[in-house]
Amino acid sequence: MNAQGSAVAKPSGAQRAMRLVLPIIVFAAGLLAWELVVRLKDIPPYVLPAPSVIVMTLIKDWPVLSQSLATTLLTTLEGFVAASIGGIALALLFNQSKWVEYSLFPYAIVLQVTPVIAIAPLLLIYLEQQTAVVVCAFIVAFFPVLSNTTLGLNSVDRNLAGLFQLYGASKPQTLRFLKLPAALPYILGGLRIAGGLSLIGAVVAEIAAGTAGAGSGLAYRIAESGYRLNIPRMFAALLLLSLAGIVIYGVLAVVSHLVLRRWHESALGKEN
Amino acid sequence: MLESGLTHLAVSLRGVTKAYDNGVMALGPLDLAVRKGEFISLLGPSGCGKSTALRIVAELSPPSSGIVRVARHEGVALPGHGIGFVFQEPTLMPWASVRENVRLPLKLGGVAKAEGRARADAALASVGLADFAEAFPRELSGGMKMRVSLARALVTDPDILLMDEPFAALDEITRFRLNNDLLALWRALGKTVIFVTHSVFESVYLSQRVVVMTARPGRIQADLRIETVEPRGEAFRTSAAYSDYCRRVSAALAPSYSEQSTL
Repeated sequence: MNAQGSAVAKPSGAQRAMRLVLPIIVFAAGLLAWELVVRLKDIPPYVLPAPSVIVMTLIKDWPVLSQSLATTLLTTLEGFVAASIGGIALALLFNQSKWVEYSLFPYAIVLQVTPVIAIAPLLLIYLEQQTAVVVCAFIVAFFPVLSNTTLGLNSVDRNLAGLFQLYGASKPQTLRFLKLPAALPYILGGLRIAGGLSLIGAVVAEIAAGTAGAGSGLAYRIAESGYRLNIPRMFAALLLLSLAGIVIYGVLAVVSHLVLRRWHESALGKEN
Repeated sequence: MLESGLTHLAVSLRGVTKAYDNGVMALGPLDLAVRKGEFISLLGPSGCGKSTALRIVAELSPPSSGIVRVARHEGVALPGHGIGFVFQEPTLMPWASVRENVRLPLKLGGVAKAEGRARADAALASVGLADFAEAFPRELSGGMKMRVSLARALVTDPDILLMDEPFAALDEITRFRLNNDLLALWRALGKTVIFVTHSVFESVYLSQRVVVMTARPGRIQADLRIETVEPRGEAFRTSAAYSDYCRRVSAALAPSYSEQSTL
């Protein structure tokens, strides 16, 4: 019995290890190839910096880059919080009144399908730069929250809704004890998308603001380094942006898992 | 036919009809009187409106015409608390523990948390699930979920229990056990039960009265009284009287499905 159990468990354990090890091997091999090509062909760093040079730049420029990272992360966070609150609040409003939904939903879509990179220059004219950047992050990130929350609020089990009606539940009670919990998995899915998108929104706006502005976010650093042909620093800033995106996604995925782990299919183990 | 006056009735329907929005008649006209403490089954082909009738009694859906009277004793101040409803599916909130699911009707009625929890635990004990209060619905089997659903319907101590094909999705062995448990609860608590089913055998086994309905629009085809030695048990299920009743109920049901086959 025991031997059988471990025999069954072994391949899945090995598989899990492989899923972790294989991407790392690919990553290391890629870096090695990159490093070798740059060294053997003697490519100058202003054309293509070697990974080692990028890491050195990251360490050397850390005081500047970390400040930029903090700026971008703050913008992202502000945009994300605004998008979360705005998206959920709007979805709740839509759910309460069909008229409001019919009146406003087309504009939410218009806002979503218009490329934010095209809106950013306009926002920068009318708003202070920092505000404009946050607004950009908000515009990009709020739609998935809105549409997911709307979907969730409309996905309530009909019999459960009947049950609440039978026991004379008030509208706030139905919202709090039925609709919001039922919509929670959808809301969290929306937030997970919104996290990454608010980073994109922040970066796009920083790029649009360009070097003309007083901003000092990572995207601004990339643009600025480009003008100065400081290619290693461009790569270093890009690396930080990438890492920030991964961390944001990871944090939101963990939060979602922790909130849903007791009951929702998405958070349950496969054996269940 | 009814020897008692109106005060002895738990539910009375007079000329109740239900039409869909597209004008198709789903139900009736239906006249039905259920005495207090009676266990009655509504039996009929699918789509005959028996579930609709139940939803009308529960005020989940308004009748298109006719009069619905549901007796509620004076002590019931909270809305809906005179009636317990068990749906075809367990209809539990997956995000809440079994105890919280059972407590829901009390919570919505503003009963204090401590009292609500105590009453939920008592209701769970009455269906044999005292040990599962902390569990989540997904951890339970189909039969256990149905028991939780039953506990929730009982937690408000309603006078009338409406059950809409509650055991239809369960396997036969589980269904037999739940049938026996339901009968035991009914004997102990003395509630009025209106039980919708499409199983001839279940309806005869459980009820004092089987009301056979026609195909759409649902009307009463036959109203049969099932009389036997109480309490019923496995002996009744295998008796000649039981199979005789089943034959009579099946015979009453036959026109509605031959009618349906001509459609």
